[in-house]
Amino acid sequence: MKSQSKLVRWTAATALLVMILAAGCARKPKTAQRGDIAEAAIASYVAPGDLDEYYVFYSGGQSGNVYVAGLPSMRHIATIPVFTPYPGNGYGFDKETKAMLGGFTWGDVHHPAISKTNGDYDGRWLFVNDNANNRMARIDLRDFKTRQIFGPMPNVSGNHGSTFVTNNTEYILGASRFSIPLPKGTYAPIEQYATKYKGVVSGMAVDPKTGEISMGWQILMPPFDWDLGAAGKGPSEGWAFWTCYNAERATGKLEVTSTQRDRDYIVVVNWREAEKAVKEGKTKMLGGVKVIDPKDTPGFVFLMPCSKSPHGVDVSPDGKYIIGSGKLQSITTVFNIDKIKLAIEKKDFTGDEDGIPVLKYEDVKDAEVNVGLGPLHTQFDDQGYAYTSLFIESAVAKWKLGTWEVVDKIPVSYNIGHLAAIEGDTMHPQGKYLIALNKLSHGRHLSVGPSQPESSQLIDITGEKMKLIYDAFTEPEPHYAQIIRASKLKPIEIYAKDENKNPNAIWDVKDASIVRNGNNVVVKMTAVRSSFEPNKVEVNQGDHVTIHLTNIEQTTDELHGFGLTDYNINIVIDPGETKTIEFVADKPGVFAYYCTNFCSALHQEMQGYLLVKPKGGAASAVNATPAPRNRKRVVAAAVPGGSNE
Amino acid sequence: MTESWLVKANRFFELPLQFRSRVLVLVAAVLLVPSFLFPLYQMTLYSNQFPDGLVLKIYSYTLEGGQTSNRDDLREINSLNHYIGMRPLLESDFSEFKWMPFALGAFVLLALRAIAFGKMSNLVDLVVLFLYFALFSFWSFGHRLYQYGHVLDPTAAIKVTPFTPPLFGTQQIANFTVNNYPGPATYLITASLVLMIAALVLSARQRA
Repeated sequence: MKSQSKLVRWTAATALLVMILAAGCARKPKTAQRGDIAEAAIASYVAPGDLDEYYVFYSGGQSGNVYVAGLPSMRHIATIPVFTPYPGNGYGFDKETKAMLGGFTWGDVHHPAISKTNGDYDGRWLFVNDNANNRMARIDLRDFKTRQIFGPMPNVSGNHGSTFVTNNTEYILGASRFSIPLPKGTYAPIEQYATKYKGVVSGMAVDPKTGEISMGWQILMPPFDWDLGAAGKGPSEGWAFWTCYNAERATGKLEVTSTQRDRDYIVVVNWREAEKAVKEGKTKMLGGVKVIDPKDTPGFVFLMPCSKSPHGVDVSPDGKYIIGSGKLQSITTVFNIDKIKLAIEKKDFTGDEDGIPVLKYEDVKDAEVNVGLGPLHTQFDDQGYAYTSLFIESAVAKWKLGTWEVVDKIPVSYNIGHLAAIEGDTMHPQGKYLIALNKLSHGRHLSVGPSQPESSQLIDITGEKMKLIYDAFTEPEPHYAQIIRASKLKPIEIYAKDENKNPNAIWDVKDASIVRNGNNVVVKMTAVRSSFEPNKVEVNQGDHVTIHLTNIEQTTDELHGFGLTDYNINIVIDPGETKTIEFVADKPGVFAYYCTNFCSALHQEMQGYLLVKPKGGAASAVNATPAPRNRKRVVAAAVPGGSNE
Repeated sequence: MTESWLVKANRFFELPLQFRSRVLVLVAAVLLVPSFLFPLYQMTLYSNQFPDGLVLKIYSYTLEGGQTSNRDDLREINSLNHYIGMRPLLESDFSEFKWMPFALGAFVLLALRAIAFGKMSNLVDLVVLFLYFALFSFWSFGHRLYQYGHVLDPTAAIKVTPFTPPLFGTQQIANFTVNNYPGPATYLITASLVLMIAALVLSARQRA
């Protein structure tokens, strides 16, 4: 008993000592990776009222969003919801966006791609991928709104190697990260993985006028895990590249089983030939679409050995070099497009994988650059330098194209994934800044508990030495980002009255109406400071209610919201915009609707009532309202996309 | 006595217009033509939210708010004015827009007539009518400003003391600094009127 209490006391004392030591450590300023403070402050400071010079479009990972920030301030400016309902601006609640989401409530956005003309960003559209539900989406950069969600795409499982656009946005590249038996819905035991499972790489067509995404071509691939992609430019224009891991065709614990061979591959596809093959009908139907099997239609798909488990593949601004790295190695390999073309011409192959010829590593490589441990992605500046992110080493290496000399290295906090330089994947990168998109922030911020944000570090790359100038933190979870000069974008700030072609739009409060047709009630409503018209809508329980709501303002930032209490509905309408909501008035009683987006001095007064007359007369209404049996229904309705119908 | 005065008057009206008077009347007529291109009156409303100012321009034939791809000033001014119960500024409420351009056109014709006929009586017709037109328009516009500032909806959310926006100058109304100034068209019309009077005086003095 006595010794036990002694033990307790000692333990407590030790614990206290550890805590004091730990606190002492924590109080120490984090001196790691800190440049000249005054210099950095000036470099990233954007005075009140001044504008940033560049837009950053961050992918939002599993949040399904895209984040927009300004650079060099690194200030978050807006969130663009894409694959996830976002009550902040009513996305996924109105008829149009709900239909676009198609019942899905999340997506996994990895790689934003700004549309290109002649290999440079043209600022028209931003495409993003959904790694989870195999979709692609188009954001119109005229109004920063998601305008199309394409998919789920047939034959694709885990659309990770996407979206990367070709030089003139002819195609958006995509790839199947997880090989599965095809077409989707087919069952095959995992033991038959090596033979019955298939991967796919694809290019989805883009309408040059509207940006509309449609089915392009798909190529059947061996059951590897198809990873990141890139489109060629200059001498490599017309070619597409994807890395892959698990050339072992292994299953189970991939961490081990897929890392046994020394080399995996980068696939080299002549997409103009793929385009031609589809036109000439050299395809077979799979999953409802025409698919090219390179075994049957050879001559434009080749495999290029790369250090094992590669991740990124990047093409230099001049299009001459294709850079790929094994993510467990300390070197990155520079392949040469001329050598690749020559080897293909000479048919100098070392074997094949399911009929796809394999090129010889020594034939196609130009150099191995000693960048450091765990190279993932490479971006470029305007001075002929390449910047490679090093995950394991937690650093960025700067090296010279041509001489292959590593000239500088900067540590980052911590474990960098992608990196983004200004227009750093185009034919004309602009140098100046680089963002390190780090996977771990390890408390370089005020503590917010165990769920920590990601870290985004701004690095000045104007000088010989890279300089860290700003730490920013983002919501989960940016993978890749693209940075574009702000002057390339000319967004609108209101929807001009003349542009609103919605047949249900009204522009005068006098035109507001409620029309009943059987059980359907159609309301045309206006929102303007500080009232809704009509401010009373009376329906019967069970009626199908449609509300077309027009914000008749024509002044920037005069947004109005429409939240309907207890009905799980909220939309936000921009100036000059019309949105439609539909729901079944299944709950009797009186419900308020109100403006959710603060608009004016009398915003709080901007409200109205939805009066739902109960089916069995007034008395039953009293009984029906708080009933617990309703709770289940409320929960069901709370799943966006699940709708209230 | 009266008779001789009438004779004098008759003689005066019969006077021929001098060449330089006719030139002045021609210039006066020409000045009226571009008055259609410019506003008669411009109001600019500045506030913290609108540092560049909401603009309202009144032409002889229409009412026009500043318009950019991102803002419709007339709609905005009406949206804001409804809080103090001011009548919305609607083009259809201004009957002046229907006759004013024709009146100005008529003065151009009357001016040409005076040049062609070349008699003092023609010029007197023109000046008297034009003066009447100018003074009536001035009064009517002032009256309208008074009406907009005084006939306020009693149910308005914000009760303000009835006010008269200045015809010429600056005034603080709630959170807005309102700048009211005549536009180029008003200056053109005034200049035209001055030239006509000058023409009249020149030809009248020839006898002396």
